[in-house]
Amino acid sequence: MPATMGASTRTAGPGGLRRLAHHTIFWPVVALIALLVANTLYSPDFLAVSILDGHLFGAPIDILRNSAPLLLVSLGMTLVIATRGIDLSVGAVVAIAGALSLSFIATSPNPGSVTTVLVAIAIALGLCLLLGVWNGFLVSVVGIQPIIATLILMTAGRGVAMLITEGQITTVNSAPFKTLGAGFWLGLPAAALIAYGVYVVVALITRRTALGMLVESVGINPSASRLAGVRARTIVWTVFALSGLFSGLAGLILASNVMAADANNAGLFIELDAILAVVIGGTSLQGGKFSLSGTLVGVLIITTLTLTVTIVGISPLVTPLFKALVVIAVTLLQSPRVRERLAARQRQRVAKPEEVAA
Amino acid sequence: MTSSTSADRPVVEMSGISIEFPGVKALDQVDFRLFPGEVHALMGENGAGKSTLIKALTGVYGIDAGQIVVDGAPHRFSGPGEAQDAGIATVYQEVNLCENLTVAENIMLGHEPRRLGAIDWRATRRAASDYLATMGLDLDPASSLGSHSIAIQQLVAISRAMVVDAKVLILDEPTSSLDADEVAQLFAVVRRLRDQGVAILFVSHFIEQVYEISDRMTVLRNGQRVGEYRTSELDRLELVSTMIGRSMELLDDLQVSTDHAVDVEQGTVPFLQAVGLGRKGDVQPFDLEVYAGEVVGLAGLLGSGRTEVARLLAGADRADAGSTRIKDVLTRLRNPRSAISRGIAFSSEDRKAEGVVGDLTVRENIVLGLQAGRGWMRRLPRRQVDEIVNKYMAALNVRPANPDALLRNLSGGNQQKVLLARWLATAPELLILDEPTRGIDVGAKAEIQKLVAELASQGMAVVFISAELEEVLRLSHRIGVMRDRQKVAEIVNSEDVGVDDVVTLIASGGGH
Repeated sequence: MPATMGASTRTAGPGGLRRLAHHTIFWPVVALIALLVANTLYSPDFLAVSILDGHLFGAPIDILRNSAPLLLVSLGMTLVIATRGIDLSVGAVVAIAGALSLSFIATSPNPGSVTTVLVAIAIALGLCLLLGVWNGFLVSVVGIQPIIATLILMTAGRGVAMLITEGQITTVNSAPFKTLGAGFWLGLPAAALIAYGVYVVVALITRRTALGMLVESVGINPSASRLAGVRARTIVWTVFALSGLFSGLAGLILASNVMAADANNAGLFIELDAILAVVIGGTSLQGGKFSLSGTLVGVLIITTLTLTVTIVGISPLVTPLFKALVVIAVTLLQSPRVRERLAARQRQRVAKPEEVAA
Repeated sequence: MTSSTSADRPVVEMSGISIEFPGVKALDQVDFRLFPGEVHALMGENGAGKSTLIKALTGVYGIDAGQIVVDGAPHRFSGPGEAQDAGIATVYQEVNLCENLTVAENIMLGHEPRRLGAIDWRATRRAASDYLATMGLDLDPASSLGSHSIAIQQLVAISRAMVVDAKVLILDEPTSSLDADEVAQLFAVVRRLRDQGVAILFVSHFIEQVYEISDRMTVLRNGQRVGEYRTSELDRLELVSTMIGRSMELLDDLQVSTDHAVDVEQGTVPFLQAVGLGRKGDVQPFDLEVYAGEVVGLAGLLGSGRTEVARLLAGADRADAGSTRIKDVLTRLRNPRSAISRGIAFSSEDRKAEGVVGDLTVRENIVLGLQAGRGWMRRLPRRQVDEIVNKYMAALNVRPANPDALLRNLSGGNQQKVLLARWLATAPELLILDEPTRGIDVGAKAEIQKLVAELASQGMAVVFISAELEEVLRLSHRIGVMRDRQKVAEIVNSEDVGVDDVVTLIASGGGH
């Protein structure tokens, strides 16, 4: 690929660029780069990374760490959306994971021991997996529409979290558990390593096994897939279970960040951010073809945007407005109709100079 | 009754109607007339242009040429609303009313009597029950529509058509989901309306019902009008052969021996044996045996139950009566997956909805069935995938020969070949093909027919369904004849069996 680039840049350049511009994640990447450039213009050392106490520090590292929970949630959401579903319950699952793990650690005789923390993590993840299985059961076996089926847990889940924390905001001191969200490993934030590690594993599994193709097949044409012998039900069930599991992991990281189980606010509206990230990444809400790399870019855009608002000094209260603006821009650029208009205008503009040149 | 009305002026007169879609002439200079006080059946095979003609009359499609005169005034409908205003009401196969509203609300929707700007509900209910009474229906107008059967809902839809004072009532396949008693009830209403002077256009695939209710019929074939007949003057055999026509096609040169490729000896075990297999509402219990190396054809008109038989054999629908034996072992086919694992492949007639996974590539579509059987964890090795894909794309001559093309961008014929490749890749012992040649060009059609003959000669069992009787006769060793959701006859194919014989069997219901 790089070899051909050099030789044929002049002739194939515009065509290649146009093809690149038609790639689904072209505009999201442009938006991300534009955001980073804007930040660098505002504060020139935005992209600088320094080493402090053997750890990497700087805005790019912050973005990596802050994006971890959203990346995990969006990962599950991408797979669910690819099967024509949607999972609204992820925020509630995040809250439950935090509440359960911290409450367990708080009531244990030895909050600082690694064993306690590992058991807490296992219990929380186990329950979240079960919640995902429950969602999957409602959708694939009972046949409830995904938006309604997961709405049940979205509403009930916060109540469950409240029950676990008994209405208190439980604060905990546990060094091993704090590592999850705030620790470093090999100079990098542990949270980012976990989330990006899971991302790579899922990306490999979906593309190295047949899972990705079967998920897409079910999302594109469920009845044709059934007749072809695809276990459509099992696949739908599996993606909801995974979504629950990943949301649980995100909940653990978020809880470890603040070391307090807040049943009301942990993971609030994260389902909407996750759906945004998936849509920005070019996966259609109608299901079918999905793009994990697109989702990654979408997650980075949303995280960078949140950080930008903080750096520029705008009140965090208006962050949603900025998110909305970026989303509008990216989705408009991806819409086939807008693209057609733009392409038509470009052709008009391009046509004239070419005549002159000839 | 009918003799006096025929002297009247027709309420609808369509002349020289042509409608063209890209590449297809859906209607070609069709004349059609409809008299008040008659039930007129519109007959024709699938794709003959019946629904296009109805859509032209109801304003859904604009016409490219010709004239529509309703009640003496020429019309150019640019939407369904205008046709309704001209007095043309339509009741479709699927009832499109609101199940969650009451019967009265459904009948009067948009025409509610008002008092001081608000809907007068009492008057609405009274008006609705008046309309119901004129149709001889005893229904509580305040009951919710969803609580009634489909048949009643259909009658409510007809009552609704009467509110707008329709001169013409179009019934498109109204009886397809009704049982015998319900059909009788519907027909009673239809006769009552006819006697009130309403012109009724009736479309149905059930030949008996057409003979029971209609006074006159127009037959279409390939977008052209074949003729207009009095129902009493055209017998069933003539009707079926007029509908099908005798256009022998370019495929005649295809020589397929209809001799049994393998002699089914006494005591040989069939690959698949269905005994009393049936499903309520779909197809009545039937017996069918399919031996390795033979092609069993299913002949019958659309809606005769031929597709339903295929779906039961393939596990696509679950049978509620009878049993299936595969190689003499009692087997329950609970879903397509269990059928596939036992060597049964089923290519559905609805290519778009049940076959093509459009946004996946040709390669992925071909290996989909095989991969599904292996489960998601054991991915087919890339080399094996390429081997299979190359083999079948070459054997079936798929164009373009690019395995990375998205399937939705291929032509219908090539999509069909890809689907065949998907099934052949699973190495089936029984291949069930429902209308594999519908809507594809002649070249692809010949290739697919040749392939079927070859596969059978190599020992595969094939069930072959097609609306084209010539095709069924050319390929099949044995033919099951379907009519009105029943298997009415089974014949062994030979040189002496012709299209006429099969048509006779379809028309007579195997009663001879």
